[in-house]
Amino acid sequence: MFETYSYLFLQQYWWVIASLLGALLVFLMFVQGGQTLFNTVAKTEEEKTMLVNSMGRKWEFTFTTLVTFGGAMFAAFPKFYSTSFGGAYWVWLAILICFVIQAVSYEFRRKPANFLGPKTYETFLYINGSLGVFLIGAAVSTFFTGSAFKLNLFNQVEWQNATRGLEAVLNVQNVALGLTVFALARVLGALYFINNINDENIYVQSKKQVLYNSIVFLIFFLTFAGLLLVKDGFAYDPATNKVSMESYKYLHNLLQMPVVLVIFLIGVVSVLAGIFVTLFKKSKKGIWYSGIGTVLTVFALLLIAGLNNTSFYPSTSDLQSSLTIANSSSSHYTLAAMSYVSLLVPFVLLYIYFAWKAIDRVKIEKQEFKDNEHIY
Amino acid sequence: MLGNVDLTLVDWSRAQFALTAIYHWFFVPLTLGLSFLIAIMETIYVRTGNEEWKKITKFWMKLFGINFAIGIATGIILEFEFGTNWSNYSWLVGDIFGAPLAIEGILAFFIESTFIAIMFFGWNKVSKKYHLASTWLVAFGSNLSALWILVANSWMQSPVGMHFNPETARSEMLNIWDVILSPVAENKFLHTITSAYVLASLFVICVSSWYIYKKRDLLFAKRSIVISAVFGLIAALFVAITGDGSAYAVAQKQPMKLAAMEGLYQGQKGADLILFGVLRSDAQQDKTDNFLFKIGAPKMLSILGYRSGDAYVPGIKDLVDGNKQENIMSTAEKMDRGKIALAALRSYKEFRKMNDKAKADSSLVVFNQYSQYMGYGYFDKPSDVVPNVPLTFYSFRIMIILGVFFILLLMVILFYAVRNKLESKRILLFFSILSFPLAFIASQAGWIVTEVGRQPWVIQDLMPTSVATTHISSTSVMTTFFLFAVLFTVLLIAEIKIMINQIKSGPKGGDNV
Repeated sequence: MFETYSYLFLQQYWWVIASLLGALLVFLMFVQGGQTLFNTVAKTEEEKTMLVNSMGRKWEFTFTTLVTFGGAMFAAFPKFYSTSFGGAYWVWLAILICFVIQAVSYEFRRKPANFLGPKTYETFLYINGSLGVFLIGAAVSTFFTGSAFKLNLFNQVEWQNATRGLEAVLNVQNVALGLTVFALARVLGALYFINNINDENIYVQSKKQVLYNSIVFLIFFLTFAGLLLVKDGFAYDPATNKVSMESYKYLHNLLQMPVVLVIFLIGVVSVLAGIFVTLFKKSKKGIWYSGIGTVLTVFALLLIAGLNNTSFYPSTSDLQSSLTIANSSSSHYTLAAMSYVSLLVPFVLLYIYFAWKAIDRVKIEKQEFKDNEHIY
Repeated sequence: MLGNVDLTLVDWSRAQFALTAIYHWFFVPLTLGLSFLIAIMETIYVRTGNEEWKKITKFWMKLFGINFAIGIATGIILEFEFGTNWSNYSWLVGDIFGAPLAIEGILAFFIESTFIAIMFFGWNKVSKKYHLASTWLVAFGSNLSALWILVANSWMQSPVGMHFNPETARSEMLNIWDVILSPVAENKFLHTITSAYVLASLFVICVSSWYIYKKRDLLFAKRSIVISAVFGLIAALFVAITGDGSAYAVAQKQPMKLAAMEGLYQGQKGADLILFGVLRSDAQQDKTDNFLFKIGAPKMLSILGYRSGDAYVPGIKDLVDGNKQENIMSTAEKMDRGKIALAALRSYKEFRKMNDKAKADSSLVVFNQYSQYMGYGYFDKPSDVVPNVPLTFYSFRIMIILGVFFILLLMVILFYAVRNKLESKRILLFFSILSFPLAFIASQAGWIVTEVGRQPWVIQDLMPTSVATTHISSTSVMTTFFLFAVLFTVLLIAEIKIMINQIKSGPKGGDNV
């Protein structure tokens, strides 16, 4: 089936899958956002235990999605993998370290004789939820703003900046997206607490955090989106593969791909609706609206980064070194073979849904931790 | 193709990857094996309804959880290091190597991460059978993830199902089934996971033996030992069988590695398998006697490697200098051909850039003629193709000797366990406790044979390790090496302290699952 499709179709198909994984990753970073709110929302140790355990039962999904996103990019767009990870060495390693320290923290935090003490593991979770998320946002923003690298005759990367990717945080738009994702993760984290935990104080405090962080989120999101829609973008000619600058490229992408525009608008409205029903309608289901909205919005943003003849990993040092889905993908054979595997994704989502439902069927309450259960 | 090689960078990159892999492999085998042991124990609980088995299951599950977390932490670094530190490698073979990693994420990691939540938190939230199914799915998922990463590793040892595309300057996949079903991959997967089962069984036996030694939690300990001894013994026998398959595959695909494993400097017909030996410090290919002392099994190496007692097993000298009688080309000749291939590839790319089709085509003809030797074009001298012989040789011996020891130990433990006489066998209990660290040594030694033995190749005959690195300053890699060394060591200390504390608390005390 897939082997009969054109090379371009398969490249687009895999960009769509990668975008969807990226979008799910940003939604699942509600775990990271929640991690930065433990001390703000909780007033007692008992409440903190509820918060930590609420997130502790979900952190592996975020982690797995990050790893799968990496694997999918490696398989589908290996030139991106080699160029970005090898080139922007320090920013990716900083992100990875932020995730390494998360992986042990839930399990180790409350265990006796844990060597570093509970505070250290809580600090690890805070670093993961703040610096890790901010850097991911800033790194993804370079999909739109570009990075300083050159590829040689054999497609090997020569990064042009000694800070190897950390320079991304010197760009206003990158910082704006980093802070947007950070604030959004906190909004989603607070919304998840409201939905997942039956406790009055946690509800009240989380609601406050939804309000405060939504304001921060809106300021930076509008800054990022405004800059994105008016900026020149990196376009390529599919006939010659030459990359050139195009005014209002990302605005054009939205207008020229109306389906993506609709997804984007529904996404933004849905994020805001989740916040609205939580703040003004006393609803505890805001996470569903904002969560789905986050997936749709990020999905649309990543689609306009790579589709419609756009370079998704542009080079500011050498335009012709820029990566496009056409020049950075795996071979037709590999994309087709991987496409068969992708057919299992709905099945994966289905069992995740049922397993998640089984665990979250009963909301977290104080009583739960008085029984002899696995406690983080 | 790649310009000058910075050997300091290569060394630090290798050191960092080795560090991460070694730490990762401290935790993974325990995860792979414990997950099945827990599933078996829980199955007994569900079938019998005996609460004692639930307690046993929960205790080992608690230790599994502590270990699982740190395995994930080191695993994520490994995956991304292919890009961060080995970007030239990632580009050259991403078309093939990336696929198993992506499949691993989609098929295996999500099963693990989804059902592990139910396994830990679902005791009172889902039915017994639902919970049991989740525990089995965690075991299945973790072992499935091992399949894909080992398929990827095997492909590096024996690159199949692909061709080199000069247009894109990379290797591209031609047949994914050749990659997945390669004999090297099948053997490596079975050999590795069964060795992990042995290690995990010895972990359970070690802890349980300590309880018996201390005369505490006796029923718990004895039941744990019986289950793990049976599981471990069956696995250990599989390790031996698949080990034979692995050695055969090495003989066919990586003769230099086999020569290094055996310290075989000069080839022989009817070669002996060295059971034990001490290499001379000045051992080299031109000497006929490179051992201070050795005990060999006659003709066994020829039989194991080529299924014939009279088969010729090439030595290091044959593979470096060539052997016309045995139809083995010298490395110098391969290097000459490789350099022609590399020069032709560069010309082809440059003429293509200049749109000079005629010259590009003629360069391509030359390249295609010599492309199978391309990897050899990077070497400076023929001896570059020889790996570290003593390290490979001794690691192989350590692995084999300990493997045999484990089989015997497991048989003896099982014998006394079913007769309920373990309490009086203090020396056996001592060896049982000692066996767990020995299992780690054996397991790590196995990987040293695999990875050091295949040097200088990152992809056998195609890409030397020295040209696979990212173009980055060695200082950067050195810095991250020490960062990871400190971080992983701190986390390892934390894990060991937590584990010891939980074990001391025993199944009746400590945190519950």
